[in-house]
Amino acid sequence: MTPRIDTTAMDALMVRLFDTIDESNMAWVMAADRALRDAFGEALIDLVPSYTTLLVHYDCQRLGHLEARARSLEALEGLAPADTQAGQLHEIPVWYDESVGPELPRVAKRAGLDVEALIARHCDHDYCVFALGFAPGYGFMGLVDEALATPRLETPRRKVAAGSVGIADRQTAIYPLLSPGGWNILGRTAVPLFEHARRGEPLLRPGDKVRFRAISRAEFEADGGDTTPLEERP
Amino acid sequence: MSDGMVVKQAGPLALVEDGGRFGVRHLGVTQGGAADWISFRWANWLLGNPLDSAALEIVMGGGLALEVERATRLALAGADLAATLDDAPLTPGTSFAVRPGQRLVFHQPRAGLRAYLAFPGGLTAPEVLGSRACTVRERLGGLNGDGQPLAVGDRLSWPGDAPAERRLPEGAAPRMPSAGCRLALVPGAQIAHFSGASLYRTFNMAWRVDNRADRMGVRLSGPVLRCALRGMVSEGIPLGAVQVPADGQPIVLLNDRQTIGGYPRLGALTPSACASLAQCLPGTEVRLVAQGPDQAREAHLRQLAAWKP
Repeated sequence: MTPRIDTTAMDALMVRLFDTIDESNMAWVMAADRALRDAFGEALIDLVPSYTTLLVHYDCQRLGHLEARARSLEALEGLAPADTQAGQLHEIPVWYDESVGPELPRVAKRAGLDVEALIARHCDHDYCVFALGFAPGYGFMGLVDEALATPRLETPRRKVAAGSVGIADRQTAIYPLLSPGGWNILGRTAVPLFEHARRGEPLLRPGDKVRFRAISRAEFEADGGDTTPLEERP
Repeated sequence: MSDGMVVKQAGPLALVEDGGRFGVRHLGVTQGGAADWISFRWANWLLGNPLDSAALEIVMGGGLALEVERATRLALAGADLAATLDDAPLTPGTSFAVRPGQRLVFHQPRAGLRAYLAFPGGLTAPEVLGSRACTVRERLGGLNGDGQPLAVGDRLSWPGDAPAERRLPEGAAPRMPSAGCRLALVPGAQIAHFSGASLYRTFNMAWRVDNRADRMGVRLSGPVLRCALRGMVSEGIPLGAVQVPADGQPIVLLNDRQTIGGYPRLGALTPSACASLAQCLPGTEVRLVAQGPDQAREAHLRQLAAWKP
């Protein structure tokens, strides 16, 4: 594992550890997170780990980009993978239906499956939570069965309802809040991921596992789910 | 009860903003904060406040009316939203005394999009995850901590007394962007994966600010850009990142952007360029200009030095 460092903004750099998503990346990303936090100290503004990368936003009043790059390389020298504790397993009930999951047919067609088989396939894996990001409590999960991998929409939707469960390539996720987004939406859950009461305490944490379970409209409604169809707004 | 000010009419959008929410982006919580941070800082400077004190970011104006209940001095900077105090026009980049019973009204934009109204000692609002910045999408921050924009009946208060009048230094008044405005872009991220023709178009053709623009991001319309990279792994997004979805039309990501995303990027606008873009009305023509990170940093440090005592 040889880290590469890219300039990504006036006061931010990207540490690239891997090229592809793998569940074994987690231990390295968590170790790099710790090492970079220590190395930057007060000069660190924000650190955003993801599947294969860490975005380092530093204080440009203290560091230029060459110094920041040197400091990162030094911090990552001789890096050893962190201990990943066994995360929590969350079972998330999902109402898979075309009204709230308009890409069900698209993903099924690409996979050469009928919709029922697609749903079964999506539920048939304990997904690893790789990173939190995009929105508060939004857990990036994987890896989705290769057959189900579907690229993002050409033009992102301006509004994706809270609880929407989607796929992008081999990643899957749940939108915690109403937000824009370009993922292929398959269904919706009523489970809150970043409630007001949970402020700063998202349900999912990196290293956790998630298993989806298909439920009926009646069960979804009984859980307090919102059945309003996902409407495309141009 | 006389807090200080009461909202009599809500315009399209007015938000409590400060310098932003930092140190929590790994939880997926966005940066937030004043989109035109330069005008915002000047508004606070005019009152002698700490520069990142909470103030109002008023978008478009559109009839926002505030009634004064307590005499003080306020400061206005940024867009010219044809603001009036009891029908007397107010000039952005100045502070002014107000008396109980007077009404401050914001109308349609004459130049720029976002005006900043600062209060002595900063607006009173609860700190949420270390900041008062209001993020509507995340339901965090703002007057009551729940991410709501200003609404009729809201009461504003502030801890400070009226400071002495202070005037902007010569030439310091932030200029609102006009047609052909140049925005500095630090190339990076996935820029190497874009075609040569796309890079030529990026830096040599005009871009128009789309009406799909908000505090999350601003779409630019113009020539179609092509990137060879498909199915990228999602990664952290810095302020000003210029992402290009498959439709080839760039989106500049601003203060309320998602923290992680998977569209290829050309690099990122500098913070000053982000401030300018945040003031561009839909339809404004802009140009992208490449700037190295060292040069961008020097310009940024010069901007910060303007506020040093």
